[in-house]
Amino acid sequence: METKKDITRRDFLKVAGTGAVLSAAALAGCRPAGNRTSAAGGAAAGDIPTDKMEFRTNPHSGDRVSLLGYGCMRWPVHTGANGQQEIDQETVNELVDFAIAHGVNYFDTAPAYIRGWSEKATGIALARHPRDKWFIATKASNFSGPFDLEGCKNMFRRSMSELQVDHIDYYLMHALGSDKETFHQRFVDNGFIDFLLEERAAGRIRNLGWSFHGQKEVFDYILAFRDIQWDFCQIQLNYQDWTIPIGASVDAKYLYDELMKKNVPAVIMEPLLGGRLARVPEQALSIMNNMHPGDTAAKWAFRFAGTPPGVLTVLSGMVYMEHLQENLRTFAPFTPMNDAEYAVLDDVTDILANSDYIQCTTCEYCMPCPYGLDIPQIFAHYNKCVSAGQMLTSSDDDNYNKARRAFLVGYDRSVPKLRQANRCINCEECLPKCPQGIKIPNEMAKVDAYAEKLRQKLTF
Amino acid sequence: MLRKIRIAVAWVVFTLATLLVLDFTGALHLWLGWVAKVQLVPAVLAVNIVALVVVALLTVLFGRIYCSTLCPLGIMQDGVSNLSARRKGKKARFRYSRPVTWLRYVLLVIFVAALVAGISVAVSLLDPWGNFGRIAQNFLAPLWRLGNNVFAWVAERADSYAFHTVDVYIKSGIAFGVAALWLVGLALLAWWKGRIYCNSVCPVGTVLGLLSSAPVFRISIDESKCNKCGLCEKKCKSECLDSKAGTVDRSRCVVCFDCLESCNFGAIKYRTGKAVVMGASNMSDTDVAELEKGITGLEGEVSELENKIEDKVYKKGMNRRNFFTVAALAAAASPAALKAQQVERILLKVDGGLAELEDKIRPERATSITPPGSKDARNMKQHCVACQLCVAACPNNVLVPSSRLATLMQPEMTFERGYCRPECVECAEVCPAGAIKKITPADKTAISVGNAVYNRELCVVPRDNVPCTECERHCPTKAITLVPLNAEEAAREARGRPRTPILKTPVVDNTKCIGCGACEHLCPARPLSAIHVEGNVAHHAV
Repeated sequence: METKKDITRRDFLKVAGTGAVLSAAALAGCRPAGNRTSAAGGAAAGDIPTDKMEFRTNPHSGDRVSLLGYGCMRWPVHTGANGQQEIDQETVNELVDFAIAHGVNYFDTAPAYIRGWSEKATGIALARHPRDKWFIATKASNFSGPFDLEGCKNMFRRSMSELQVDHIDYYLMHALGSDKETFHQRFVDNGFIDFLLEERAAGRIRNLGWSFHGQKEVFDYILAFRDIQWDFCQIQLNYQDWTIPIGASVDAKYLYDELMKKNVPAVIMEPLLGGRLARVPEQALSIMNNMHPGDTAAKWAFRFAGTPPGVLTVLSGMVYMEHLQENLRTFAPFTPMNDAEYAVLDDVTDILANSDYIQCTTCEYCMPCPYGLDIPQIFAHYNKCVSAGQMLTSSDDDNYNKARRAFLVGYDRSVPKLRQANRCINCEECLPKCPQGIKIPNEMAKVDAYAEKLRQKLTF
Repeated sequence: MLRKIRIAVAWVVFTLATLLVLDFTGALHLWLGWVAKVQLVPAVLAVNIVALVVVALLTVLFGRIYCSTLCPLGIMQDGVSNLSARRKGKKARFRYSRPVTWLRYVLLVIFVAALVAGISVAVSLLDPWGNFGRIAQNFLAPLWRLGNNVFAWVAERADSYAFHTVDVYIKSGIAFGVAALWLVGLALLAWWKGRIYCNSVCPVGTVLGLLSSAPVFRISIDESKCNKCGLCEKKCKSECLDSKAGTVDRSRCVVCFDCLESCNFGAIKYRTGKAVVMGASNMSDTDVAELEKGITGLEGEVSELENKIEDKVYKKGMNRRNFFTVAALAAAASPAALKAQQVERILLKVDGGLAELEDKIRPERATSITPPGSKDARNMKQHCVACQLCVAACPNNVLVPSSRLATLMQPEMTFERGYCRPECVECAEVCPAGAIKKITPADKTAISVGNAVYNRELCVVPRDNVPCTECERHCPTKAITLVPLNAEEAAREARGRPRTPILKTPVVDNTKCIGCGACEHLCPARPLSAIHVEGNVAHHAV
C-alpha cells in the first residue's frame, strides 16, 4: 500500500500512501507546458547553481540561515529488509547531501515526527557533514503527561543523542497555542522553561523559540511571557492564511507583525498548506500562468512565504529529489514578490476560499486514529478531486459517470476500504490534535455522505 | 461438418458460461444469463417452462445434443477426453460397453427423491451446472480476478479508472474441496473413458437419455455400406456404438458426430428415423403424437414434484430459530477473545502511522441469512443447486457458500468484508434456479432477511469508554436508536449541554431491521462485531 509512486509529482504530501492521490488532470494542471524542471532525480543537477542560495541573518545569534529550510517530517519511508516500514536512510542521505551542496543549512525535526523516527535519520545524514555547515532545529514534543521535569529533560537529552550533537541550534517548545493551561502544564509549572533558559545560557541551546498553532490570545500571552527575548518563532504562513484566519482564530499577517514588533525572526511552516497550494484549481492556475508562464503554483507560494524580510527560513518537507531541485531553483537565486504579483495571489486566494477544500495539511498529528482511519489520505483524496474540478454538484452533471467513477475508484485506491470515512465512530479523539482546527468527524461525515451518494447513485 | 458445428457451438457456450460465472461487474448476465437459465436442473427448479420445453424438444428432435453443446460440464469433459486422445496411440481408445443401467436409475431415483425431500446437498452434488459453477468459481475466478488486478495496477499508474482492484480469496474451504474433488474425479474419468460420468452418474444425462431413446434425427449405420472395420466404435466417447451389431444406444449417445467423420465409407448417417424414411406419413404423425404425449407427461411430473416439495416443506414446519445465539455469544465473549479485541493504543505519542486492524471473524449465526429475494430458507434450500453464480456476482463479498450440511455450498450472507448495500440486487439478477427471485432495489429495502442482535460485552462504548455512533448512523432503515449507556450518562444528557459527548449504546427495533449487515460490518469492535445479524427463517416485509 505504502509505496512510492507518481515520482514526477510536484507536491508535498507525506510519502506514506502518496501514490494514488493525484489525477492526470491535476498533474497536468500543476505542470503547465514548458515546465523546465526535470522529472528524473539528478538529471538536471547541473542547472542548479550551488552559490546562489538566499540567506537571512538571525539578529540574535548572527546565524546566516538559508531561506529554504529542510522540514524533516516527511522523509521517504519504505519497507525494510525485515518487512517492516522504516525510513529509507540511503535516500535521506542523498537528499541531505544534495541540499547542503546547494546551500540549504537549516534542518527542522522533532521527536514526534514520522512515528518518532525522524530525529535519528536526520542525525545520521547530518553527521556526515561538518558541524558548522548546518543548523539543527528540534522540539520539546512533550504532548502527553506526566509532565515531570526529569521526563522533559530526558526528551531534550535524547534529542541530542539521536541527533549526535552536543548543542542544538534551534530548540522549540512544540505546538503551543491551544490554551494557556496546557502551556503552563507542559513548561511552566514543572520548571521546564527555566531549564531551557539555563541550557540557552550554557550554550547547549543556541536559539530558543516555539512553534505556534492555535488561539490569538495564547500567542500574545506566550510572546510576552516574562519578557523573555525569543530568538525565533515558528508560525504557519502562506498566502491563504495571510488574511484568512487559521482555524477561525488568527491570521498569519497578525502573527508576523507581532513578531516583528518584538524583533523575533519568523520560521515559516506550511508554506504550501501540506501541498494544497501546489495543486490549485485550474481557474487559479491560469491566472498565475498568465503572469509567469511555466512557474508552478508551488513556486508562487514559496516566493510569497519567503518575501517578508523578517522571515528567517521557509520550511519545506521535501520527499523526493525533484521536490528539492525545484525548490532550490525557487530559492537560489530568490526573487521577492512585487505588488502586481501580490494582486494575483489575492485573486487566487478568493478562488481557494470559495472552493470546497478540507483544510488538511497532512501533518498527521491526528494519527494514528485508534479506529484505524487514514484521516490525511481520506482528506487528500477528497481535496484532489476538488482540485481536479471533479466534485459533482448534481447527479445531472454532464461528467457524472466519469467523475463518479474517478471518485469511487480513486477512493479505494488511496484508502483501503476499512480505513475510509464510513469507519469514523465519532469518538472525537482527533479533535484536539488538529493544528488546523478541522472538525474531523464532521468532515468525515461529509466525505462519507458524498461517497454514499455516488455509490447509491442517488439523485441530488 | 456437423462435428465442426458441434465443436464450435460447444466452444461458444462453454466460453459464455465461464464468463458468466467469472463476471463480477454485474454487466454480463444481461447478455449471458440465458446460458444458465437453459440448464436443466435450474430450469426445473425455477419451473422455467420455456427452457424445459426447448430442451425437451431439442432432445426429442436431435438426441442429446444438450449434453454436447449446452452443458458446460459435459463440454469440459469432452475437452479432457480430447487431450487424452492426443496421446500417441490413443486416438481410438474406446470400445463398446454395456450401459450401467442400474446405477443410472438408482442415482436418478436418489436425485429425484432428494429434490422432493429437500436434501439439497445431494441435488447440488449431482447437478452438472452446479458442479461446473463451483469448479469455475473456485479455480478460474481467482485467476480471472488476479488478471483484472494486473490491469487495475496498470490503470492506476496510467491515471485511468477503467479497472478497479477486487479481492481474491477462497470463499469457502468446503466448496473449494468439493469443487477440487469433482474436477479431479471428472478429469480422470473423462481421460479414461470419455463420457462415462454423463452416462452412468449424471441424472440429467439419464433423464435426457429417456427422452432420446428414439429421436427424430438420429445416428444410424447403413449396414449395406459398413464393412465392420470398427473404427467408429473406437472413436465413440460414449462407448454406446456397437459396430459388430451395427447399433447405437441412443440413450447414451450425446450426438458428438465423431463416429460420422471417422467412417471412411460414409456408412454412418445422421438423419431421420427409419420409419420416417420409409415414407409413411401416418407413422410419423403417430410418432410425433407419442412424443408430445411424453413431453406433456414429463411436464406433469415436474409440476407434481413442485407440489410435493411445497407440501413437504409446510409439513415440516421449519422453524429452527433457536437458542444457540446465547451459547455462541457467551463463547465469543470469553476473556481471551475480549483481550484480543482491545484496540492497540500507542503509548509514546508520535505522529503518523496507522492503527493495526484485526480482521473480522464470522460470528456463529444460529440461523443463516439468505439473500433478499430468496423468500425463506426453504425456498432457497429447495431451489438452489449451489452453482455459485450469485456468490461470484456479489460485488460486496457478502455471499459465501454455506458450510452447513443441510444447505451445503448454497449461498448465505455474512458481513466480514462488506454488507448488503441498498443499491445492489445482483444475486437476484443472476440466479437461474429461482432460488433468489428477481427484486428491485426498492423491494429490497422492505425485505427483512434478518435481525440485528446487540452484544454489550463486545461494544467499544462500555469497553473503551468512547462515544460511538457507527451502527446508528449507517442503518438504512433507522432501526437503531442510541440510548445513554447508564444512569450517569442519562443524567448528564438530561442536564443538557454536555462538555463531552454522551456515551450511548444501540437498541434495535426488530420491526424495522432488514438484516442488511451495515451495522455488523461497520462496527468498530474487532474481531467480533458487537452487533450481528441473525437470519430470518422466512423473510418478511417491513
